[in-house]
Amino acid sequence: MKKLSPRLAFVNQSECVACGSCMDVCPRGAVSVWRGSFAVVDEGLCVGCGQCAKECPASVIEIRPRLSRTAAEEKIA
Amino acid sequence: MSKHWYHYLWIWSVIYFALGFFNILFAWLGMISFCLPLVIAIFGGSKAFCNRYCDRGQLLRALGSQAGLSRRRDIPVWMRSKFFRYGFLIFFLAMFAQMLYATYLVYAGVTTLGEFVTLFWSVRVPWEWAYPVKVAPWAAQFAFGLYSLMLTSAILGIITMLFFKPRSWCVYCPMGTMTQLICRAKSPDTYPEQKI
Repeated sequence: MKKLSPRLAFVNQSECVACGSCMDVCPRGAVSVWRGSFAVVDEGLCVGCGQCAKECPASVIEIRPRLSRTAAEEKIA
Repeated sequence: MSKHWYHYLWIWSVIYFALGFFNILFAWLGMISFCLPLVIAIFGGSKAFCNRYCDRGQLLRALGSQAGLSRRRDIPVWMRSKFFRYGFLIFFLAMFAQMLYATYLVYAGVTTLGEFVTLFWSVRVPWEWAYPVKVAPWAAQFAFGLYSLMLTSAILGIITMLFFKPRSWCVYCPMGTMTQLICRAKSPDTYPEQKI
């Protein structure tokens, strides 16, 4: 099984302005803008390098540990 | 980061403002920046213009990221709030409508052509040298108005680029806000939230 990075980018989609800066800087092509609405991260490709978070003009991208679901998020999932 | 041809589109911004400095009628070309994102959003349902082909975005990227002129601070929370973004969009549209009204007044002969550029919707800057070829006064009035709008927004973008992230302008860009609203309206089925 493919080993995944311990961290990955998380986009706050409700506050994303869909400018595409993250998509532009991602070295893995893991970020795309979904239907002009917000950025989405391909969790299988993202290595959590943080380039997107550094560039995001709205500062709505966070680099989080991959396995950091809270109990509440787990319940929703 | 790999370099693409559209990363050089900032050259269009430079050409646009340079042309308008010598002949204001070239300001009409600014309508491309108004119409193209809307056409792409309405018919294509995407923000491809913002994402790749916006000359303003590429200019701010080149100055802020490549030339390193940006201090890269986080934009204040109020500036990325929906209240400010939608408020700025309404204000911008109102100023655009006012510019159209000024054009109409010149067309109707109520007022005469004002050969100046208005910065920040209030400061009149003499620009009469840029009108060497006389055309219908309303067409020239529209050109002065549009150039004012383009120059003002470019200066705003450059100021926020210097203090905040390079493409901070994209957060409150009226065209970006408008095209995102169109795209969201065209995509009623929501993408599943990212889960970590």
